Amino acid sequence: MRGAVCPPAPREYFGTESGGRVVKSVLPILTVLLAIVALWYGAAVWLNSTWTYDQAARAGTEVSFGALVKDTLAQERPVLPAPHQVAAGLWDGVFGQAVSSKRSLVYHGWVTLSATLLGFAIGTVLGIALAVGIVHNRAMDMSVMPWAIASQTIPILAIAPMIIVVMNSLGLQGLIPKSIISAYLSFFPVVVGIVKGLRSPDGMQLDLLRTYNASARDVLLKLRLPASLPYLFASLKVGVAASLVGAIVGELPTGAVAGLGARLLSGSYYGQTVQIWAALFAAAIVAAGLVMLIGWVERVTLGRMGLAR
Amino acid sequence: MKDTGASLTPVIEARGVGLTFETGDGPVRALTDVNLTIGKGEFVSFIGPSGCGKTTFLRCVAALETPTAGVLTVNGMSAEEARQARAYGYVFQAAGLYPWRTIAGNIRLPLEIMGFSKAEQQERIERVLALVDLQGFGKKYPWQLSGGMQQRASIARALAFDADILLMDEPFGALDEIVRDRLNEELLKLWARTEKTIGFVTHSIPEAVYLSTRIVVMSPRPGRITDVIESTLPRERPLDIRDSREFIEIAHRVREGLRAGHGDEV
Repeated sequence: MRGAVCPPAPREYFGTESGGRVVKSVLPILTVLLAIVALWYGAAVWLNSTWTYDQAARAGTEVSFGALVKDTLAQERPVLPAPHQVAAGLWDGVFGQAVSSKRSLVYHGWVTLSATLLGFAIGTVLGIALAVGIVHNRAMDMSVMPWAIASQTIPILAIAPMIIVVMNSLGLQGLIPKSIISAYLSFFPVVVGIVKGLRSPDGMQLDLLRTYNASARDVLLKLRLPASLPYLFASLKVGVAASLVGAIVGELPTGAVAGLGARLLSGSYYGQTVQIWAALFAAAIVAAGLVMLIGWVERVTLGRMGLAR
Repeated sequence: MKDTGASLTPVIEARGVGLTFETGDGPVRALTDVNLTIGKGEFVSFIGPSGCGKTTFLRCVAALETPTAGVLTVNGMSAEEARQARAYGYVFQAAGLYPWRTIAGNIRLPLEIMGFSKAEQQERIERVLALVDLQGFGKKYPWQLSGGMQQRASIARALAFDADILLMDEPFGALDEIVRDRLNEELLKLWARTEKTIGFVTHSIPEAVYLSTRIVVMSPRPGRITDVIESTLPRERPLDIRDSREFIEIAHRVREGLRAGHGDEV
């Protein structure tokens, strides 16, 4: 019966089945992205129109809608730069400058990234150490957590200058104070996540090790730490993003000359909104890259441990 | 009450053992006046409704709980000393295998903790895998095995370090009846080959009768022993022995004992 032959399923238009799946997963993302870009353009025209109208009024001319759109999307110091201006600024900052140039976003990005990574490392080690202490010592359990929570209620913008000042009096400048601020933000999610992870083994698993007369060290190394790894990775993703925020905030109060924070600061001094937005996007891209890197390590590690299926 | 375990070399001896938990609602007597001697090579089952203290007693033997009354010795030592001397292997209701370790890795866990050499670890892993009929599964991860196979792996883990005593707390309670029957049969063979002393908690009458040389019937509120039934079944027990007259008689006695223990509560 020829008439009964079904037409090919719609997904075959996208080629193979896996190709269809990729299109299916990318399509919603692209739709949202497109909507954001469209809204952004609309907002740029609206927010920048004031300046265009002012200029026209001063010159005593009328502006048509076409001219308005054209002008608002190409101002030198717009209130809200258009997406393509930000993209151009980002492109120029990354690829248009020598890497060593003070105008290069690669240079500034690396300055911030190095402080982020050092801060993240300090925060992670400190976080794990505190978590192990909290799980093993009742006194620490009672005393450390409230302080850790209290520490996070202080606005980082308020405490960052204090840290810079104290560090400076100790003769430490540049990378270290920024890393400390970065670690200050990143240790907290690590502590919370690892404490939960170290406590995740149930009573039966702990009883089992008791029947082996296992030492506390064996319980930690063979049961608690491996069991906490899925929690660790979730915390690390939050922690690394917090580290980056910390590093950027650490660059603001010093009037630093290098780093994405410095780029933001000088942009705001001179009204270079395109520069600010380009630096913001550079920071976002660095953060996304770091989170993806941890996600990759997570997949490989948990896959090898047989924890990911 | 007969206590024939006394004629064998005693391995586990309880004299007036009691355990009272202090709770917000007042004391709960989980165990009272337990007197029992388990001899070497015996297979003793503990049966009773929930709350009768069968698991609590096993946990006391394992020194996972501490009795508040009486004397409990294991291998002539206190239960705590016996635990420190790694005198027993304990099998829990759930297999509790570490998902991040392979089956061989899970069996290696106690061997690592007890400091066996690498070569000896390997040799023991192979041997106990063969004992529970899991040869060739060492490199698999727990999730790749069925529930019954996981429980066999956990028994292998308890056997790996060659303790004389095997304590099993409803090890097959979560498995379906067909798998449970097969594992019961295998457990009997394993017991015959290894000559271990086994303490076995269950709430299944056929399981208790099929496996045991002695059945300890327990009762709740307060948790206590109400009857100890000597099995007259031969050591060699094919599965169809459960249709024999003798088997049914013993099962009947156990059921009577459980009913008597319940008093007017049922």
